[in-house]
Amino acid sequence: MLKTNTHRNQLVTSKLINQFAEGIEAKEMLADMLCITVQKEFIPEVLRFLRDDKELDFNFLTTLCGMHYPEKKQLGVVYHLHSFNFNHRIRIKANIKINQPTISTITTLWPAANWMERETYDFFGIIFKGHPNLKRILNVDEMTDFPLRKEFPLEDQTREDKDDSMFGR
Amino acid sequence: MTFGNYTDYYKKDLISIEERKEFNTLNVGPTHPATHGVFQNVMLMDGEFIVETEQTIGYIHRAFEKIAERRPFYQITPLTDRLNYCSAPLNNMGWHMTVEKLLGIETPKRVDYLRIVVMELARIADHLICNSVIGVDSGALTGFTYLFQDREFIYEIFEEICGSRLTTNMGRIGGFERNFSTKAWDKIKYFLKNYPSKLQEFENLLARNRIFMDRTINVGSFPADRALAYGFTGPNLRACGVDYDVRVMNPYSSYEEFDFIVPIGQNGDTYDRFMVRQEEMRQSLSIIQQAIDKLGKMDDKETYFAQDPRFVLPPKEKVYNNMEALIWHFKIVMGETDIPAGEVYHSVEAANGELGFYLVSDGGRTPSRLHFRRPCFIYYQAYPEMVTGNMLSDAVLTMSSMNVIAGELDA
Repeated sequence: MLKTNTHRNQLVTSKLINQFAEGIEAKEMLADMLCITVQKEFIPEVLRFLRDDKELDFNFLTTLCGMHYPEKKQLGVVYHLHSFNFNHRIRIKANIKINQPTISTITTLWPAANWMERETYDFFGIIFKGHPNLKRILNVDEMTDFPLRKEFPLEDQTREDKDDSMFGR
Repeated sequence: MTFGNYTDYYKKDLISIEERKEFNTLNVGPTHPATHGVFQNVMLMDGEFIVETEQTIGYIHRAFEKIAERRPFYQITPLTDRLNYCSAPLNNMGWHMTVEKLLGIETPKRVDYLRIVVMELARIADHLICNSVIGVDSGALTGFTYLFQDREFIYEIFEEICGSRLTTNMGRIGGFERNFSTKAWDKIKYFLKNYPSKLQEFENLLARNRIFMDRTINVGSFPADRALAYGFTGPNLRACGVDYDVRVMNPYSSYEEFDFIVPIGQNGDTYDRFMVRQEEMRQSLSIIQQAIDKLGKMDDKETYFAQDPRFVLPPKEKVYNNMEALIWHFKIVMGETDIPAGEVYHSVEAANGELGFYLVSDGGRTPSRLHFRRPCFIYYQAYPEMVTGNMLSDAVLTMSSMNVIAGELDA
């Protein structure tokens, strides 16, 4: 049984649309969580507004991760925010063109974003502008690929002794 | 031979004490007994004091998020074992519940209670390691050797339930692979009876011990607002005085029916973290007892998985004797079942914080993206801020009290 807080979701949506009408691209309910897609230029302001607004009070950055949509030629950053006071979670998404993978950092809002942004850079090649120390974190420094992008092979793709057409992809 | 202006020459050698000061670089790790895992700290030392520290992580990065994109859902469970390997069943159950949320499977109450028994046992095993290691790092090895017998016993219980000990791969999507045996119940009850006195004995060794108190009180303390900004969760956040517990805020697996206290500390120092974990172990014991009572009151003693043949492997006897069961077995194992497209985020209160799974499915056989919110990856960033200006020996204690597990740090 999925629990959703419809009242608070409506409050967040209406406040965001009032404040950043042109910056909000889409909103949808995915399972139990409200998910709002924001233009990437608006990300720092939207997140700052969500954090500082007393009625919304999203004080906690739960997690931040990258996405890759190869068919749309897009990368994405997904932020999960949590308001401890109202016990409310939302998801904010930003899409980025793959040939210009930059977005502003949010380390100034939450220091916790530091390593999470480094990890996202490491695996997706998304450059966070204004990040204090943007370098690889889990992979070796000499690496040139971004391994969580879909085109990066998990196994050696030149192998011929194995037919994977029946299993997985 | 003249010395020219001798006085000036002489003065050049008279450097002020500040200028003469030398800093040493100290490597703690990657393989150092004090780090309790494979990660490195490069510390700039002024004598015994830490001026600056920089962490290097990723030594045991195994690309779980990438591997998960090529595996069917049930094959991802063993990957989650290897995140926080001190409490693998917690990760397993968290993953199963995430998939159940995506698929919309409702688990029976009995499965929920059985899961709670296992999860709380895993929490005790994890806290027990962390707390006894705080003892070791402050020079008291005795408690460690005492409590490790009980950790061994918890692993025996896991072995009785699922057949393996450390990396358990326990349960299936929708429940458990088999019912708990009588032997397993006997062991759990034996543990519940005997462990509290040992825990008390362990606490008596350390909690009011003058040396331990001097070593831990006000060491590595961290204010609550900084802890929240740094994304602390779990016992580390509760030690700072914030009563955030996923089991209470977003109850899963019927936790809302259970009566337990969320212990909090005041200063967020090593001593508070130790005491919060101590109390949490007691609360876990009480939760297990409540779960056993609830299970005892149920008429049903046989249900151990959800009735959803699309995703729950049928029992092996049925596979051999029943055509439908064989078909479902084949479809599940070959990955022929349809997975709905969608995104879910589910989190559980793991032993060191909020363990979250962000699962994106595009309708294929495998996740199109799976992201783990690993609690210690997020809170370990605060370590330089916690130890700068402190002594090296305090930094070692701070690290062990933060419960940083390398497997979870590096994924």
